[in-house]
Amino acid sequence: MSLATKLPALSRRRLLAGAAGLAGGLIAVRDVSAQAVQPGAHQQVLDKAVGGKKAQPGKVRIRMPEIAENGNTVPMTVTVESPMSAADHVKAVHVVTDNNPRPEVASFHFTPANGKAEVSTRIRLSQTMNVLAYAEMSDGSVWSARSEAKVTIGGCGG
Amino acid sequence: MSTARVRLPASVKKGDVVEIKTLVTHTMESGQRRDAQNNVIPRKILNKFVCSYNGKEVFKAELAPAISANPYLAFFITATESGTLEFVWTDDDGSTIKEAAKLTVA
Repeated sequence: MSLATKLPALSRRRLLAGAAGLAGGLIAVRDVSAQAVQPGAHQQVLDKAVGGKKAQPGKVRIRMPEIAENGNTVPMTVTVESPMSAADHVKAVHVVTDNNPRPEVASFHFTPANGKAEVSTRIRLSQTMNVLAYAEMSDGSVWSARSEAKVTIGGCGG
Repeated sequence: MSTARVRLPASVKKGDVVEIKTLVTHTMESGQRRDAQNNVIPRKILNKFVCSYNGKEVFKAELAPAISANPYLAFFITATESGTLEFVWTDDDGSTIKEAAKLTVA
């Protein structure tokens, strides 16, 4: 929907002024977002979530579209290989991104009652970036995965 | 006003691992956006989700502003007995959205 259809009474001059203002606003938001991204912040969030334990790659799988047209709502499914028994199950999965204004996405807490360590949701990505997941197992080990999503239209501000 | 929707399979056998799909209407205002006056629109999101099965907590999620508007969450449970699944979403302002669904295990 264009501005013109929403506000038919606007003159061409006011419409142009409004468009310029809107563009200015968008640029301002961009600037704020760009400043807010701290390199390595996502790693700190992950380290804190798992209490500083070392993660090894494997067992975790992040499924996302390779190219996300709309960064406002990108489907994501995280699966962890686990029998989900009382003795051997996934306790938590922490998901972060490396280029959003804030790195946190979500932390999911599982129990053996889940039967399967898989969760699906929809996330916001402001631009093309990596999504990282850490899985904490009941034996204390931590497993990780990373997936890149290319974003055509950012899902931030605007 | 927020409304929650929950979907579970209609016929479930004991021991089946079934997918629970939830959807709730909420703007999930990220705190990153600005209004027409260039003021930051304050963050207001659902930051927590809990699912209980016959009173026992089975799945929990902490959500950040990077979760899309109208949060969708799908996860699994092992159907052990007939009963009630309860779902609670907690807002930044402390209010909650609650929903319940009956699970009938054959």
